[in-house]
Amino acid sequence: MKDRLDEQTIALRVAKEFQDGMVINLGYGMPGLCANLIPEDRTIYFHGENGILGYGALGEDAEKDYELINASDQPVTRMPGMVFFDSAMSFDMIRGGHIDLVVLGAYQVSEAGDLANWGRPGRPATGMGGGMDLAAGCKALIVMMLHTTKDGAPRIVKQCSFPLTAKNCVDKIFTDLAVIDVTEKGLVLKEVAPGWTAQEVQALTEAPLIIAGDLKEIEL
Amino acid sequence: MAIKKTFANCDEAVADIFDGAAIMIGGFGSFGGLPINLIVALARQGAKNLTVIANQGGVGFDLSKRIKPGGYQDIGALYEKGQVKKFIGSVPALGGMPPTSPIETLYREGKVEIEMVPQGTLAERIRAGAGGLGGFYTPTGVGTPVEAGKEKRTINGREYLLEMPLTADFALIKAHKADTLGNLVYRGTARCFNPIMAMAAQTTIVEVDELVQPGELDPEVVVTPHVFVSRIVEVRI
Repeated sequence: MKDRLDEQTIALRVAKEFQDGMVINLGYGMPGLCANLIPEDRTIYFHGENGILGYGALGEDAEKDYELINASDQPVTRMPGMVFFDSAMSFDMIRGGHIDLVVLGAYQVSEAGDLANWGRPGRPATGMGGGMDLAAGCKALIVMMLHTTKDGAPRIVKQCSFPLTAKNCVDKIFTDLAVIDVTEKGLVLKEVAPGWTAQEVQALTEAPLIIAGDLKEIEL
Repeated sequence: MAIKKTFANCDEAVADIFDGAAIMIGGFGSFGGLPINLIVALARQGAKNLTVIANQGGVGFDLSKRIKPGGYQDIGALYEKGQVKKFIGSVPALGGMPPTSPIETLYREGKVEIEMVPQGTLAERIRAGAGGLGGFYTPTGVGTPVEAGKEKRTINGREYLLEMPLTADFALIKAHKADTLGNLVYRGTARCFNPIMAMAAQTTIVEVDELVQPGELDPEVVVTPHVFVSRIVEVRI
């Protein structure tokens, strides 16, 4: 078995996409790791749909304040300029196009950029939270996920079989094996994990991949 | 003379909640902003066949230990007593948790109804209900299971769904401070759904960390004006 990237390393690669001054929303689960990995020369304003903008790194145990959390229920730290607002205004920001970049986890992404990230077989009561609003309203959407399921089945598929969050909304996919752009021509494989070939990644991807002319190893 | 809005305790404040009432419950779902003392009082009071409108369905005490050391009470307390007929919200159960929360268990057994609403749509439906509007069009949910049965309309080349307003008989909310008139300020992310739910119910009941006299809150920073608040209970922490 070849090594795959661990979650921290995927988060580090995702965080390289964060440009100075961006307003960014990190979804439930793995994307939250990115908050502690911002490149040093950049200021990022993290938005949480529970009504917070401009929070800092995830809190250390000693300073946990349970009235200062992100939308994943994780305590965060105070930053100068941080601001609070109610849920309706928070989603005005989201649907109104005021969020530059959203990073979400996913169960499946299709070759057309459809996203399925809230429901799965056997769990009819799990909800979409703010995911549908984020997918409908953001300027750019990154998916961060493991390339395959625990059983080895592809998560990047021709058509999502799980209920959709939104159609044609994903711009880029970052996994433990690859970085993939969603384009009008299809999925373009841009980067592969160290030691992996494009063919090996394709074998674990149901949707066809177009191999970028400048394909390279994931750099951190 | 101003109407007296302050109550001595949460039990008295929720005493007249009736069977079949629609109740908005503020907060985000977990700790921080959840009016937990009012929820526990409602569980003691025992009103049945409730429709609960809240962001999250609650995980119940057992699973809550995975979110916060020592655990915490949440809306799960109401399901465990069989008081809830229907839940309306964005996260009935959390996908990252085992399927053993009180609401998910009851749902599997067919003992509770669920209406799943995207979180932004939930917030806006509450705001529409609060403001006397008949509904609104949102792009959220187009092309997903959420669009089932809804009017779809193209506006400026984009598809939107018609969503209807939500109101309630009671709202249970949490604020940081109230004055005795009912002007409210919040603390941190404990604000979330509380201010909009406060506006959308016939009777809004608030629990606060601290009760002060009129004039002690800076009118420039009051978030919820007193006209929306019916009852106030101070719960010192």
